[in-house]
Amino acid sequence: MFLNLLFYTFGAVLVGAALGVVFSRNPVHAIMFLVLAFFNSAVLWLLLEAEFLAIALVLVYVGAVMVLFLFVVMMLDVNVEQVREGFARYMPVGLLVAFIMVVELGQVIWVRSWGISTLTTAPPLPEDYSNTKALGKVLYTEHVYAFELASVILLLAIVAAITLTMRKRPNLKQQDIAAQVAVRREDRVRLVSMPAEKKE
Amino acid sequence: MKRVLTLLVVSLLASGVALAQTGADAGFWAGLPDPLRLTILTTAQVVGVTVVLILCVAYMTLAERKIIGYIQNRIGPNRVGFKGLLQPFADVFKLLFKEVVVPTNSSRFLFIIAPLLSIIPTFAPWTVMPISDSFVLADIDAGLLYVLALTSMGVYGVILAGWATNSKYALLGAMRSAAQIVAYEIAMGFALVGVLMAAGSLNLGDIILAQQGGVLNWFWLWLAPLFVIYFISGVAETNRAPFDVAEGESEIVAGFHVEYSGVAFAVFFLAEYANMILIAALTAIFFLGGWLSPFEGLLGADSFLGQPSFFWFALKTSFFLFCFLWFRATFPRYRYDQIMRLGWKVFIPITIVWIAVEGVFVWNKVGPWSHLATAGS
Amino acid sequence: MLQNYLPVLIFLGIAGGLGIVLLALGFLFGSGGKDAEKLSPYECGFEAFEDSRMKFDVRYYLVAILFIIFDLEIAFLFPWAVSLDSIGGFGLLAMGLFLGVLVVGFIYEWKKGALEWD
Repeated sequence: MFLNLLFYTFGAVLVGAALGVVFSRNPVHAIMFLVLAFFNSAVLWLLLEAEFLAIALVLVYVGAVMVLFLFVVMMLDVNVEQVREGFARYMPVGLLVAFIMVVELGQVIWVRSWGISTLTTAPPLPEDYSNTKALGKVLYTEHVYAFELASVILLLAIVAAITLTMRKRPNLKQQDIAAQVAVRREDRVRLVSMPAEKKE
Repeated sequence: MKRVLTLLVVSLLASGVALAQTGADAGFWAGLPDPLRLTILTTAQVVGVTVVLILCVAYMTLAERKIIGYIQNRIGPNRVGFKGLLQPFADVFKLLFKEVVVPTNSSRFLFIIAPLLSIIPTFAPWTVMPISDSFVLADIDAGLLYVLALTSMGVYGVILAGWATNSKYALLGAMRSAAQIVAYEIAMGFALVGVLMAAGSLNLGDIILAQQGGVLNWFWLWLAPLFVIYFISGVAETNRAPFDVAEGESEIVAGFHVEYSGVAFAVFFLAEYANMILIAALTAIFFLGGWLSPFEGLLGADSFLGQPSFFWFALKTSFFLFCFLWFRATFPRYRYDQIMRLGWKVFIPITIVWIAVEGVFVWNKVGPWSHLATAGS
Repeated sequence: MLQNYLPVLIFLGIAGGLGIVLLALGFLFGSGGKDAEKLSPYECGFEAFEDSRMKFDVRYYLVAILFIIFDLEIAFLFPWAVSLDSIGGFGLLAMGLFLGVLVVGFIYEWKKGALEWD
């Protein structure tokens, strides 16, 4: 009963935040709404006792991905008016994508609903059950292939990010920081002892 | 204004008396449903921890001014109260009565929300902190992950403050500190992976328990490089000297909070100091055995010094807090490109190498990892 | 497990409430009137030339993207580190390979100069 209340509260906030993402005029506000949405979905996962996934969602999406979004939106100096001009032109494509996604979501929910009549809460777990450990047990043994695949995808992402954004500016004067930091006093200052001289 | 104040004080007192009366009425208390009682009790505990934390921050500011004063051969504040002991309260009241200026070209909403976003991630991690061997607010299994997720949100306050202000200095400060925080967060994350390998649990209490058995069993010894890297990254995360380019006074005035005045500034200040205390406490927990006693097994079990207690936790945390101040009084500010190099090119490779070294240790069953079964497959 | 998270929720609320109360007090007690000069953003003694929100070097985005990648890597390392005792040597080798691939990426970054800050 209490859990249901929580679920509907956070679910409602999630839907509201998602609407906020779409409808807010200020892109930075939209991002903050998206952050809120991620938070609420994390709580929903938590209600399913998926502890690790819930917190990892916050860690990765809120802590990293949304920071990149914020960087991009803030620093690209997005002109809202300009973006709005293309609205009518991109509308059909957007509608098509939305339609496909709705169909896919509907399929998933519809097909799933064959087996189970209603949503049930997860079976109670033993006291010392650790979500993270259970995940670790299968991820690195049973699903090792997918796991290694993930590393290759990440490698690909590194290479792609660098080739897309790296610009070597010509004739740039660079400092060799390693050499600068490694400097000792003896390299720079020479202490000389010499006899006192008489002034003329 | 005075009338408002008196009204406020009177109403606070009245509600306090009312609360005390209802508390005395045991029948009323027992009549409450269980979940509600639990909620009220927890809220009381949370408020208690928060108040203590705020007091710690208040005296941390005084300690900073005193200690840096003495390091620089000055006395520091000594007028308000005995030896200046009431100085933090004077500061708080001064800030409370200052005007909060919201600049003309700023985004009002984001400008006001930014301090909130920086204070929540510095206070909320205390929920899972094992403050003493018997007290922790929430003994959750993924405690460390929770702490890391929250601290990774600290960057929002900084970026939003810088952008919402719409001032060049603020924006520059925000960008600098965002890139810096992000770089050191990775080093911190890798260092924590090392701790996890040794402890085998994400629960902060279990991490401390894994270090039982005297000073030599604490993780600082086996994870020495990670220990140093974690603490230095912590200093960089909190934007403290010598990594304080985000607010480098002589270059960009005060950085991201240049336009924040009065209480809005105080909230940022509170967040920064609470963050320092958090990092110091976490370092004590991960590498110096938290509330474990260094004389474990050496002194008798009946002596206070030989027992695990809050005292040891506070002592270790204070030591790291002192280091924060010591660094600030000693080191000149880093240059920005040097900061980025240190984070990406020095700390991250070292942590990765040490994780590999730990892997070899585990394989060969040496050190604190000897309990791990590697013969499994 | 869920009731362990009650204090977390309460603490998040209290921390946010603390900030809100402080700010509200500041706006309530704060003195001073409005003045165009006071409210203008800080410059070194002259009027602001233009909107200060500007385009930033692409380097910042690169740093943010690399951060995401490494953050994900750490998220993969956490469950591994706590389940070391049950995954045995095979798990160690699996992670060795995973980290190896990513170290290749790291070396690539380094050689390409993506970590340089000039």
